[in-house]
Amino acid sequence: MTTTTINSPETFSKAVGKLWGWIKKIPPVYPVFFIIFIVLGMLNPSKYQSANGIMTFLRTASPLAVLAIGEMFVLASGGFDLSVGAIVTFVVLVSSKLLANDPANAASTILIMFGFGLLIGLVNGVVVSFLKVPSFITTLGMMLLVRGGALYYVGGAPQGYLTDNWRAFGRNYIQNVPLFGRVPYALIILLVISIITYIMLNRTNYGKQIVAVGDNVLASKLSGVRVKLVRVVTFMVCSTLAVAGGIMIGGYGGVNVTIGEGLEMQAIAACVVAGVLLGGGKGSVPNAIFGAFTLQAIVNLLNLLGLPKPYTDAVQGLIIIGAVAYVGLTSQKKQ
Amino acid sequence: MTTVTVPENWIKRATRSIHIPPVFLFLIVIFLVSGLLDQIYSDGQIFSNPAIMLNIVVRSVALGIVAVGQTLVILGASIDLSVAYTISITAVMSSYIMLGKTANVPMAIASVFGIGAAIGLANGVIITKLKVNPFIATLGTSLIIKGIINATFTNYTGSVPESFQFFGYGTIGSIPVIGSIPVINSIPVSIVIMLIVYLAGWFLLARTKLGAHLYGVGGNSEVARLSGVRTDRVLIGAHILCSMTAVLSGLFLVSQMQSGAPWVGPNGFYDLNSIATTVIGGTALSGGKGGVWGTLAGVLIFGILDTTFNQLGVNPYLKTVLRGAIIVLAVASYTIRSKKDAA
Repeated sequence: MTTTTINSPETFSKAVGKLWGWIKKIPPVYPVFFIIFIVLGMLNPSKYQSANGIMTFLRTASPLAVLAIGEMFVLASGGFDLSVGAIVTFVVLVSSKLLANDPANAASTILIMFGFGLLIGLVNGVVVSFLKVPSFITTLGMMLLVRGGALYYVGGAPQGYLTDNWRAFGRNYIQNVPLFGRVPYALIILLVISIITYIMLNRTNYGKQIVAVGDNVLASKLSGVRVKLVRVVTFMVCSTLAVAGGIMIGGYGGVNVTIGEGLEMQAIAACVVAGVLLGGGKGSVPNAIFGAFTLQAIVNLLNLLGLPKPYTDAVQGLIIIGAVAYVGLTSQKKQ
Repeated sequence: MTTVTVPENWIKRATRSIHIPPVFLFLIVIFLVSGLLDQIYSDGQIFSNPAIMLNIVVRSVALGIVAVGQTLVILGASIDLSVAYTISITAVMSSYIMLGKTANVPMAIASVFGIGAAIGLANGVIITKLKVNPFIATLGTSLIIKGIINATFTNYTGSVPESFQFFGYGTIGSIPVIGSIPVINSIPVSIVIMLIVYLAGWFLLARTKLGAHLYGVGGNSEVARLSGVRTDRVLIGAHILCSMTAVLSGLFLVSQMQSGAPWVGPNGFYDLNSIATTVIGGTALSGGKGGVWGTLAGVLIFGILDTTFNQLGVNPYLKTVLRGAIIVLAVASYTIRSKKDAA
């Protein structure tokens, strides 16, 4: 079975075939990401081939990855969450007022934000599960509610600035790390979140139930899954991670009333590029992360090529359609 | 036995035969509550001034027209997120081509409908032939259109000749005065056009083969296909019609604004609002169930809310909050009784 037994061409080709089969199972998002990243490195070696530059890239890409993980939980269970971007705006705007320009308030503000995150997710989940409103509409309403609420609370414009210790999570680096030079806090947060969510999704009954509910509601209900509870928890995971993402985005982006606009669509796009099926039944934490990284790498690549911002949108649109068409057409062939 | 049950069910049966969607009840409640609040906290214009009532409808025209198209695609278990930017591209392209000259109007209208048809065709083909989820497909085309317009136009472009403003501001005919009710002596053209679009949507769904097939495709695409419906064509047709309604909304908006700007569509949230009004109107997001009259009620609910908030001087951000809550409550008011789980 080991490589030493390869002594005839027949077994060799078998081994190659096995290896090829294994390679084919790798989701396309990984090779795509690495190809884009290598192209980035060739175009701008000083920025994308140094540890320093890669860490900067990871700092900007990590918040979207956190949002994508959360969105992936909801998508895997068969729902949608459109309130993610509004939660990011909410976190940044409301924090700017709650902090009152005093660094001592940072810890309590962050706790309050996570409290709101849990509450928003709970309401989303309860409305979907018990009032049976489709999640698309529920979270669309929640998006308006959260965004409007934040703007109403701050009076339409940011109040004060975000203190440096609040912003550290999205902006700062741990200096003098051996091998890497410096590591952004954002990346460490992403790693911790991804480990926790990976265990949740892959090593607990709850994770298997999410995918089961997304795959077939009736079957999972008949086999004893508490579908309503599973849904509520998925929405809570999503909006809690949206709060975490919001703190990271506010960290390097600063205060801005439109800071979260369109992020829900980007998070969904990241998941879809990573092969998550809308309608549920499939989900993977590492894939979602690399979906987000790929989107960010594409944006960086288009910037590097000197394309103006509007074209970046257009190319992103083409790539999203292309990625999904590719997955759809190849999986169709297998059937 | 039957003689006992007939009188009990008489009202029920009558209403069922007319097919009034339950959302009209919600519409009436919203209207009465709004009017009462207006009576108490403001000058009571909603009940007393027919001009305000008319204004509610005129306000709803842009959303109302595109919502018909959205209803068609949602009935087919699809969705269209690209309508907002289709409206934008219509607004800028038509005023760019018209350049204030009446002679250019037919050319402009023909080309924007051409663009609309192309967008709808692209959406339909990507969804049916490339098997891309409609949400993603139309999100993608919407990004592409957004990129193209923002790269080409940055501000108000061109202008609309006065003759074309007829669509936005013109009025026709006169309604005879009934008793002492204050006179509405003419109806805005835009309302007439919106009603024609709704009648056309109703006719398409209730009286044509395409409509029947659309319900079939939305209900169960596989069953429809096996019973000989060319499901792909039906869905592509629905998407083309949907983009056409977006073009018509865009033309109405540009005729009101007199010059097209690239942010008309996204600023009005026509994509999400048209979906919300359709679902409030009782059309199932999963397809196969619903119709255009419910959507009309949904659109009018939005119009009434807008007007009431203005009358009462509600803080603009609070408006957003209330609107979000009302969307969810409106849909919840009838989903709560459904036995099926939502996702």
